[in-house]
Amino acid sequence: MKGQGRGLQVYALLYLLFLYAPIILLPLFAFNSGTIIAFPLQGFTTDWFAQMWANATLRTALTNSLIIAVSASILATCLGIFAARASTRFEFPGKGGMMGFILLPMVLPEIIVAMSLLVVLLGAGVELSILTVILGHVLICMPYAIAILSTAFSSLDKSLEEAAYDLGETKWSAFRLVTLPLVMPGIISSLLISFTISLDEFIIAFFLAGNQPTLPTYIFSQLRFPKQIPMIMALGTVLVALSIVLLALGEYFRRRGNARMGGNPTGGFL
Amino acid sequence: MTDDRKPMIECRGVHKHYGDYHALRGIDLTIRAGEFFSLLGPSGCGKTTLLRTIAGFEDISDGAILIDQKRMDEVPANKRPTNMVFQSYAIFPHLTVAQNVAFGLRRDPRGKAEKAALVEEALAMVGLRGYGNRAAHALSGGQRQRVALARALILKPKVLLLDEPLSALDRKMREQMQVELIKLQRQVGITFVLVTHDQEEALVMSDRIAVMFEGEIAQLDGPEALYARPANRRVADFIGVMNFLPAQILGEAGGTVTVEVPGLGIVELPDRQVSRANPDDAGPTIGFRPETMTLVGPAQTHSQPRETSATIDEVVYYGDMTYYDLRLDGAAAVDGKARPVRISMRNVFGRDVQEVGTRTRLAWSPGSLVLFR
Repeated sequence: MKGQGRGLQVYALLYLLFLYAPIILLPLFAFNSGTIIAFPLQGFTTDWFAQMWANATLRTALTNSLIIAVSASILATCLGIFAARASTRFEFPGKGGMMGFILLPMVLPEIIVAMSLLVVLLGAGVELSILTVILGHVLICMPYAIAILSTAFSSLDKSLEEAAYDLGETKWSAFRLVTLPLVMPGIISSLLISFTISLDEFIIAFFLAGNQPTLPTYIFSQLRFPKQIPMIMALGTVLVALSIVLLALGEYFRRRGNARMGGNPTGGFL
Repeated sequence: MTDDRKPMIECRGVHKHYGDYHALRGIDLTIRAGEFFSLLGPSGCGKTTLLRTIAGFEDISDGAILIDQKRMDEVPANKRPTNMVFQSYAIFPHLTVAQNVAFGLRRDPRGKAEKAALVEEALAMVGLRGYGNRAAHALSGGQRQRVALARALILKPKVLLLDEPLSALDRKMREQMQVELIKLQRQVGITFVLVTHDQEEALVMSDRIAVMFEGEIAQLDGPEALYARPANRRVADFIGVMNFLPAQILGEAGGTVTVEVPGLGIVELPDRQVSRANPDDAGPTIGFRPETMTLVGPAQTHSQPRETSATIDEVVYYGDMTYYDLRLDGAAAVDGKARPVRISMRNVFGRDVQEVGTRTRLAWSPGSLVLFR
């Protein structure tokens, strides 16, 4: 038994190493003064970060990506709130099919979605821009937003909103005063997940952005130039650090929300 | 029990359809001001639907509901003079006890200090003085129940609606809350409408009870009348325990029905002991409550007019009571054995619990029988 336990421990360790070793390499080479990505490490430098900061195209790409990710996550979450509330609170004809179709992009190959969107948009004469990317990203973020928000809504007692209504509030103020604060952890989770999905999404951005760069498409385009790679490593390091901060924030809010409501987890995803 | 208090809630021919499902089938009902009224019935009988139509959470398909002599057709739930205590209590978990209780005062123009005093008063009324700053989610079931009551009563509604408010509590707590609710209702004088599936709870708390089956009111009466003179066999079966024995009608003359009951013999019953509202009944049936008949020992005497011999088939000991299942001599047989009847005996000092298989005598009076036909 003990030998078997040791074996599993080693397996788990190797597994984690395989998962995270490449990510650990990012900061190593981001601060390495050598231009070639290879051991042994040369010396310590922050030049790559400076070079990254000075790069105008990269800044545009980053701005674009942030605009897209923020807009897409807010839009997807708002639409998700409507869909999740409707699907958990009301019965209506065709509900199953409707929810199925909304959730379908989660399993559809993204390349198919991107291609068909491109065909439709070009056919409709819509000019490709970051706006079209936002629309595409809303489409693929929605299923995740709804999955998270449905959990949050379905764990809510239906009579809470009725109680507020019964006590003299309007339907909207009952929602705002009671439901919204209670599903807030789910909303924050949904925003974070949608943001993350949108920020590193490549295929739709590549198809629908026209000549606008986003972070992933920019990084991909720079990989052809070996001397740019250390700078990309620096960029990667920043992104990893940002992701960790974001996830930690999300988890903090979720736990705080749970503690306040007596450990009734609503839509915790992280 | 006549009562000339003014009507507080009037339901006139209220129907409710959910698609093909006919949930309420013509409810006519008047609940008087200051009454403790219960809607009693098995699950799915429409009692909660009726309560929710009074509250305004559900529209009615036909008929009218009046509260305090005003039609409620166009009045939404948040404008009705009713407040509700929900089955789940629906305490807002993200607020404190005081914030929960004060929730309904949000649109009230009175000042902060005045509202705080009202909250404190409401909390004191339900026995939660000083609990204002507690987090609502940290309360026990009984405390949540009290917060829900305070939160509804602080608005001084004309009617308080209670949707199975005690079903989530354990037995001791439930019995305690029943008494407290009665006291509270007398203290505030507000009309209480309680929905429950627990007949005991309804009997304990209510001034009057409407027994509902399949979207219709089967009987509307005070607790004692409901128990002693059930309108039909179904009500009799639902309220408490009632024994049923098949009977044969021999004759009917001068306000008296003569029936033969295998096991009990021939009895004459005056009209007030006859329930004729049993349309789908298989045949005439005699009913009696377990406590209306008495086991008599071999050497014992009794003052009852009638006596029947029987064999004890089963003994169920409850501490204060013992239930005996008896096979009456000559009773109608089911699968070759006499159908047992249940008799309850209080275990007073000096009375021994009888054993299974004992031959015994049963003393009774025709006055305790009800004929369903």
